[in-house]
Amino acid sequence: MKKFLLYAFCLNISFAAYASGNDGVKKSADENAGLKLPAGFTAVKISENIGRARHIAVTTQGNVYVKSSKLYNGKGIFYMKDLNGDGIVDTVFGFGKYTGTGIAIKNGYLYASSDEEVFRYKLNDKNEVINPDQPEKIITGLINRHQHESKSIALDNDGNIYVNIGAYANACQEKDRTLHSKGRMPCPILDSAGGIWQFKANKLNQTYGDGIRYATGLRNVVGLDWNNQTNTLFVMQHGRDQLHDNWPELFDSKQSAELPAETMYELHKGSNAGWPYIYYDPIQHKKILAPEYGGDGKIEGGKDAQDPTVAFPGHMAPNALLFYTGNQFPEKYKNGAFIAFHGSWNRAPEPQKGYLVAFVPFKNGKPSGEWEIFADDFAGGDEFMSPNKAKHRPTGLAQGPDGSLYVTDDVKGAVYKISYKK
Amino acid sequence: MKKTVLVLFFITSAALLKAQSLKASMDRGQKVYEKVCLSCHMADGGGVPHLNPPLSQTSYVLGDKSKIIYIVLHGMTDRIPIDDEFYSNNMATHTDLNDQQIADVLTYVRNSFGNKASAVTAAEVKAVRNKKK
Repeated sequence: MKKFLLYAFCLNISFAAYASGNDGVKKSADENAGLKLPAGFTAVKISENIGRARHIAVTTQGNVYVKSSKLYNGKGIFYMKDLNGDGIVDTVFGFGKYTGTGIAIKNGYLYASSDEEVFRYKLNDKNEVINPDQPEKIITGLINRHQHESKSIALDNDGNIYVNIGAYANACQEKDRTLHSKGRMPCPILDSAGGIWQFKANKLNQTYGDGIRYATGLRNVVGLDWNNQTNTLFVMQHGRDQLHDNWPELFDSKQSAELPAETMYELHKGSNAGWPYIYYDPIQHKKILAPEYGGDGKIEGGKDAQDPTVAFPGHMAPNALLFYTGNQFPEKYKNGAFIAFHGSWNRAPEPQKGYLVAFVPFKNGKPSGEWEIFADDFAGGDEFMSPNKAKHRPTGLAQGPDGSLYVTDDVKGAVYKISYKK
Repeated sequence: MKKTVLVLFFITSAALLKAQSLKASMDRGQKVYEKVCLSCHMADGGGVPHLNPPLSQTSYVLGDKSKIIYIVLHGMTDRIPIDDEFYSNNMATHTDLNDQQIADVLTYVRNSFGNKASAVTAAEVKAVRNKKK
């Protein structure tokens, strides 16, 4: 009985009363929280040691929702506030007893995903969740075969939500990731994964039959964003792994560390990016037939597949995409794309790289220059060989109401706020 | 007295031989590791957080030999936690490696990265390979 009363009491704790100090963050002596930034930019770590922070959404009030891929005190979503105005989170309210990656705010609702479902929570006029224990389940039954399992989300302005369903394989081989194992033809994964699915943002309990396979041939997308200038969906694909491991007579380990590109695509209904039949070679600037389907590193393929909008170096693992619409950053950043790269593993035995946030300038909805490193040294600075040595790994991006850029990290659950001061 | 010396001699030579054959197996195993395993499990055996499990001080590596032999041979696609952590990537099958190569690489892994466990023999690999899947 006592236990029950205690439980009932806990449930009644109100939003504001559920205050806990952010014990993880002490004002760091490190300049810019250890990050390397362009001149004029500063970074502050506003929170740390709470879950495994994946994607992030910031309200118009400047408060933060973070989705975690690990439960912390039994919760998987964290609503963070800075009450005393010192720039550091000092109140964290946890809710949602599921792990996952996706989170977004649209038209008075907070959307969040597990690795199989998408939920939404009604927000009040302060953008706070009204009923944290009773979300509406809008999408259910999505495939999760533990590889590329995260379900990232983005919403358009016509009441649709886009969900990534990653392929549960590296290259659709008969035996996944195995030496000389051939590709299955046609690849049976593509009927229910390896693409982006479109659902209604306000309809409950939708599953495959209710949605549309909006785009296919995408091995795994973690970072995606709706571009309001072009009114189209842009995605970042994680390119395939293990060209050398599986086809050592065709690719040496140095080539395998650079191939294939991590690619950005602008999607339309019916788009096809070509996985698993082809990959994009950023050195030859060509779509190359995958060795699982008879390729040799030179034969071109994918006549029906679209070319990438931008090609980045291999294996850097793009985990978030954000089109910057703020006014705080210098003019060149307006409408450009920020990409959070989680950092490589499949470059070994070469040193790892790509634990950074990149930027691509855009004009009129098209890239207008080369990609560049925006924020670097998340991993800790020095060259290193083993991903488990990385101190932080960028995973999520959001824009604050003042035009600041928020970056999450899923090693220590850190949240960074990057601002521009002339 | 003579007998004791002789026995001691045999014991030390047996130990020496064992150490030598362990060293030889480790050396061969390291080559297999670098060719086949390193790209996912890394040079330091540290693996990749949440994707490819570490090989240092884990119950799978240090525990039942037949279990780890089976995983090397037939890969792993099940979602099961390894020391309370889940790892997303599937592991490839390695039926192309012979019994001695698998014995060597497992002996290397079980005695590297801070691990210390008994060697794996080709006969032990053969026994697992011949078992029905």
